[in-house]
Amino acid sequence: MTTAYTPDLSKITSEIHPAIGHWELPTFVAEHELPSRDGDRVIQFREALREAMSEEMRRDKTVFLIGEEVAEYNGAYKVSQGMLDEFGPKRIIDSPISENGFAGMCIGAAMNGLKPIVEFMSWSFSLVAADPILNNAPKMLYMSGGQWGCPIVFRGNDGAGGQLGSTHSWCVEGLYANVPGLKMAIPSNPYDAKGLLKTAIRDPDPVFFLESERMLGDKAHVPEEEYYIPFGRARKAREGDAVTLVSWGRPVHFCMDAAERLAEDGIECEVLDMRTIRPLDIDSIIESVQKTNRVVIVDQSWPFGGVSSETMAQICETCFDWLDHQPVRVNTRDVPTPYAKGLEAAYLPNADRIAEAVHKVIAATT
Amino acid sequence: MAQATTDKPAARPSDALSNETLLKWLYDMQLIRDFEARTMQAYQQAKIGGFCHIYSGQEASAVGCTAAVEHKDPIVLAYRDHGHALARGMHPAACMAEMFGKLAGCAKGKGGSMHMFDRPNYLFGGHGIVGAQTPLGTGLAFAERYKWEVLETGPKRVCLCFLGDGAIDQGAFHEAKNLASLYGIPVIYVIENNGYSMGTAIHRHTANHDRLTMRGEAYGIKSIEIDGLDIRNVYDKMKVLVDECRDLQRPGFVDLKTYRYQGHSMSDPQKYRTKEEVDEFKSQDSIANLLDYLMRDENDGGRGCITEDEWKAMQKEIKEIVMDALEFAENAADPDPETELTTDTYAYPMKNLSPSDTYSHGAKNPLL
Repeated sequence: MTTAYTPDLSKITSEIHPAIGHWELPTFVAEHELPSRDGDRVIQFREALREAMSEEMRRDKTVFLIGEEVAEYNGAYKVSQGMLDEFGPKRIIDSPISENGFAGMCIGAAMNGLKPIVEFMSWSFSLVAADPILNNAPKMLYMSGGQWGCPIVFRGNDGAGGQLGSTHSWCVEGLYANVPGLKMAIPSNPYDAKGLLKTAIRDPDPVFFLESERMLGDKAHVPEEEYYIPFGRARKAREGDAVTLVSWGRPVHFCMDAAERLAEDGIECEVLDMRTIRPLDIDSIIESVQKTNRVVIVDQSWPFGGVSSETMAQICETCFDWLDHQPVRVNTRDVPTPYAKGLEAAYLPNADRIAEAVHKVIAATT
Repeated sequence: MAQATTDKPAARPSDALSNETLLKWLYDMQLIRDFEARTMQAYQQAKIGGFCHIYSGQEASAVGCTAAVEHKDPIVLAYRDHGHALARGMHPAACMAEMFGKLAGCAKGKGGSMHMFDRPNYLFGGHGIVGAQTPLGTGLAFAERYKWEVLETGPKRVCLCFLGDGAIDQGAFHEAKNLASLYGIPVIYVIENNGYSMGTAIHRHTANHDRLTMRGEAYGIKSIEIDGLDIRNVYDKMKVLVDECRDLQRPGFVDLKTYRYQGHSMSDPQKYRTKEEVDEFKSQDSIANLLDYLMRDENDGGRGCITEDEWKAMQKEIKEIVMDALEFAENAADPDPETELTTDTYAYPMKNLSPSDTYSHGAKNPLL
């Protein structure tokens, strides 16, 4: 009655693991072939995110957006404004305040052929969904022995939004990037936000996409055309030879401010915007450190066991001999996020603290 | 106008099934029983590691519920999952090899006893965290409805999401039920209520334990109780509910009362229950119950479709299959850490994902 079991264990040769079924990757081009970052079409960060999602939803009907207030309210932060009108309530779905439930539900939907975009109003709220997003999504492919993947995007605001107190100000990158099986992108500007989010939606693995409430209103040129920014390639936000500033997300702007101020003192900083944390473009860091021989890492999450520690460790492992000074990092201070305006400002990394760190490194090595 | 009436009792859905179908049920239930007996032996011989949860006693649930849905209807469940895997059609050798941690196992030795996945048979996994499979099952069904309604590529489907009575207390399950009812998601939560959440009896772990259906009704979900020791009864009740949930694209909730003969896991000394209680349930054994029905003459309310000799022959055949599965698992190759440790981590591996490891795809899953 039962036939013999003769498993075929031949090697998988496709670029995309067959567990997620038919999958088309976008075409990635080199940085200099991407559309120009200069232009007249200036839109907000939130509009760039909306454009990325809308373009992908027009292209692929399996993509849908779910989250608290994404539909009728037009988005708690107006990221999804107008999307309900275009795509209707079956694809722009208001969820109850039930992160554990809807995040888990979307993981099941992703296993079964859909491509969900799950909006967390804040990544702080994702903590109640820790089991599905950490225990299921990144491990499904492995745990099923390569039978099911989990193509899903989780996105939302990360980091201190401005006097929200400690429970609403989480930077989850240190916690979550620890888990193998997921990818993590943290854009710092509208142009990258669009290109990275489009790539995230087209990626067959679970992608954690971290935005910032404080940047949603930032304006910059964003090309109308479609473009995809590959994961794992840092952007050189500023050329310099004195010290390399490594950062991602919102603190990239603090680095740029500090770099401008330092330039007045004749210190030219090179600023690297990592764009993705996992993968982490250590190659670009090495290349820069070989030129500057000094590195300061700026991270708006806590220092203990976080992304800054990981970056430092990788620098020490890969280009220790090129350093004239041990790597230095500027993090948020190692306390819960305070409410009072002055305390919160002192808690976050800022241009002053970055400039101070750079001066220290330079002084010790010249 | 008066409708025609009949004195005959309402037909049971299972009455319409062929003898072959019911004999297959008997076969599958006995296969699970025998398979689990050998699993326990292999565990005691330390050939199976980790946690291992035995399904013996509950066979009528997996076989009866599975029979009530179509093959392409997704199924997801918790960690007591060998029975459902076999009922869904997983090859016993793939199931046993997985527990032995072999590359030819259904999850290439990466999942183990608690994580039985079978894509060709639409079994979306055993899952290890209590209750975690309930949002997943809701999502599997959400996707089916989306395919039917938005993509217009599929028929109406229903997902069976099994959970134990211990899982009903988890917040995830409450959230899942709310979403399922709110969105109209065709998922049926089957509580395989064996009376114990590990070693904690149901009256000690959940409020209103004798009226679990309230937990479904509270969310506007059609909720029923089923005597889960009689497979015909399981099928009869499940078939009606499945058809309704499929048709209306609504969720369902089932308090399926069953009993496990073994401890929670292999390491359970079972101090929380008496031998008399176990014996009492064994006297209502679901396999014996079905066998009796199938052996009894048609005039005696049975089917008369299997003799004592044929039953012995069936048991013998099953025993051989299970022994073959054991032998296969024993002799199968271990996954090679050089090639298999890092595979299946990313569907689209790229550079610099890890400071220590590079990822690739490795061997094809044996079931695909």
